[in-house]
Amino acid sequence: MKLRGHAHKFGKNVDTDVIIPGKYCNIVDQAELGKHALEGIDPEYTTRMKPGDIIVADRNFGCGSSREVAPIAIKGSGTSAVIAKSFARIFYRNALNIGLPIFESDEAVDRIDAGDEIEVEAASGTIRNVTKGETYAAAQFPPFMQSLVDAGGLVPYVERRLAERAKT
Amino acid sequence: MPPMGMTLTEKILARHVGLDRVVPNQIVDAKVDLVLANELSAAVAIAVMRGIKGATRVFDPNKIALVEDHFVPAKDPQSAKLAKLMKDFAKEQGIVHFFDVGRGGIEHVVLPEAGLVAPGELIVGGDSHTCTYGALGAFATGMGSTDIAAAFVLGEVWLRVPPTIKLVYDGQLGDMVYAKDLMLATVGRLGIDGATYCALEFHGSTVDALSITGRTTMANMAIEAGAKNGIFHADAKAIAYVTERTDRPFIVERADEDANYQRVIAIDVSALEPQIACPHTPDNVHPVSEVTNDVLELDQVFIGSCTNGYIEDLRVVARILDGKQIARSLRVIVNPGSQQVWMQAADEGILKTLAAAGCAVNTPGCGACFGGHMGTLGDGERCLSTTNRNYVGRMGSPKAEVYLASPATCAASALTGRITDPRAVELAGAV
Repeated sequence: MKLRGHAHKFGKNVDTDVIIPGKYCNIVDQAELGKHALEGIDPEYTTRMKPGDIIVADRNFGCGSSREVAPIAIKGSGTSAVIAKSFARIFYRNALNIGLPIFESDEAVDRIDAGDEIEVEAASGTIRNVTKGETYAAAQFPPFMQSLVDAGGLVPYVERRLAERAKT
Repeated sequence: MPPMGMTLTEKILARHVGLDRVVPNQIVDAKVDLVLANELSAAVAIAVMRGIKGATRVFDPNKIALVEDHFVPAKDPQSAKLAKLMKDFAKEQGIVHFFDVGRGGIEHVVLPEAGLVAPGELIVGGDSHTCTYGALGAFATGMGSTDIAAAFVLGEVWLRVPPTIKLVYDGQLGDMVYAKDLMLATVGRLGIDGATYCALEFHGSTVDALSITGRTTMANMAIEAGAKNGIFHADAKAIAYVTERTDRPFIVERADEDANYQRVIAIDVSALEPQIACPHTPDNVHPVSEVTNDVLELDQVFIGSCTNGYIEDLRVVARILDGKQIARSLRVIVNPGSQQVWMQAADEGILKTLAAAGCAVNTPGCGACFGGHMGTLGDGERCLSTTNRNYVGRMGSPKAEVYLASPATCAASALTGRITDPRAVELAGAV
């Protein structure tokens, strides 16, 4: 899977309260949540961005609450991926579980400027900066997490476990 | 050389995985003793569960707790819909521990009160402050709704064994300095991603002397340093608290003497002042003396939450406000953490003391803390709060400011209308 779009840059510690403010946390529809993605930090984000665009942020992206509507809102906005120096723990799990592609790379974050055209090869974690003609490598997922990503998230993993139990 | 010993977190995880030993960063499938959700995390988790092929029943209706606490009493029809969705699910699945409005309160206050948390247990919850239960020596961590749906049906979760940071507190806390100040100072020192993926293990004479409530306040904010969990050893105080509430057997684990810690941090608390986390991150922490000035006029003081909504907290506030009036320039909203706390505060005359001082006393719930309802801030407003987070927009408008402090500092500041050192307040009846 190739992900392609323009970069929108954010700083460190983009927390879940600004990704999807608390007042929207009783919404469950992905498209509706998507209309408010990052509203707390950049109210213009969803009008400025185009489907496929990529969020590029500094360290500790997604810190704070466990609200799964945070990665769901980002996905719902049409954002194709988040590249950050690091992710907060719960956000990281949630993103993998719901199938929002995330990548960790210091180099990519340092080199990419807002507006650069970015292409990510999801399977290999290769990040190509089309505008600058540069390539960066994202950190590999640990094997277990890669297997979750390959399976399409946590749900297929749970289904396999349930099927195994049913046999025994 | 024999292998090194295990930390408290590693001991609990190993037992729940069925292994003699686990090591940091190992990925394990662990059995859970309790799975928690509130009406927001449950709404998504239930939808996910409905989509899992082969999943029709929860793994054990006795080991799931569902608490209506975020947007209740329902703020609007959409919130009422989510509350009803969870209630209907509880009925359908025969969930024993379902807490509706008026029978519960804030999830993390309710579960320990109800005897649903015991030392050595493994608890996951669809709320980041699930780490609170480490106060009683349990391994407890917050997760998103898909993980909770998986735990609902499997009774197991996959976990990466966290490396442990050992925090050793020594010295006696000064007058008007509390566990909240200790934890704000700790988060300030570690930074908001200083403990990402790690366990925090609390040690030392200072925390040994803390009440269960004090330890609860500290474990609650482990997530504010990015930690997976925060945990105390269950001592006689913790065991007494639990055995008064349940006769379920439990196993008290201890870290080995030769356990392997990622870091050991020693903290001398004897000179610690009351602490304030300034906008807009919980690690932007300063001693009150650096923050106190006449410019910072407050619009709201909030007292409550899973961090500081306990009876001990309300006693401290009542002692400071007793016989006085809050400043006319601000409002004070008090939210007892649970129905039990509310009733105890009523019995002790605390609710009346607070109301007489000019405080609005609400029904238990999470609303104000996360900008949901019942105390939302407007543009340009400034709030001093006993809660755990002060990110941009956390309590409402992205143009509002939230400062975090102890209940004592919040009460002292309510009297003056600006951030005030509680040590400067004269107490009624004091000599």
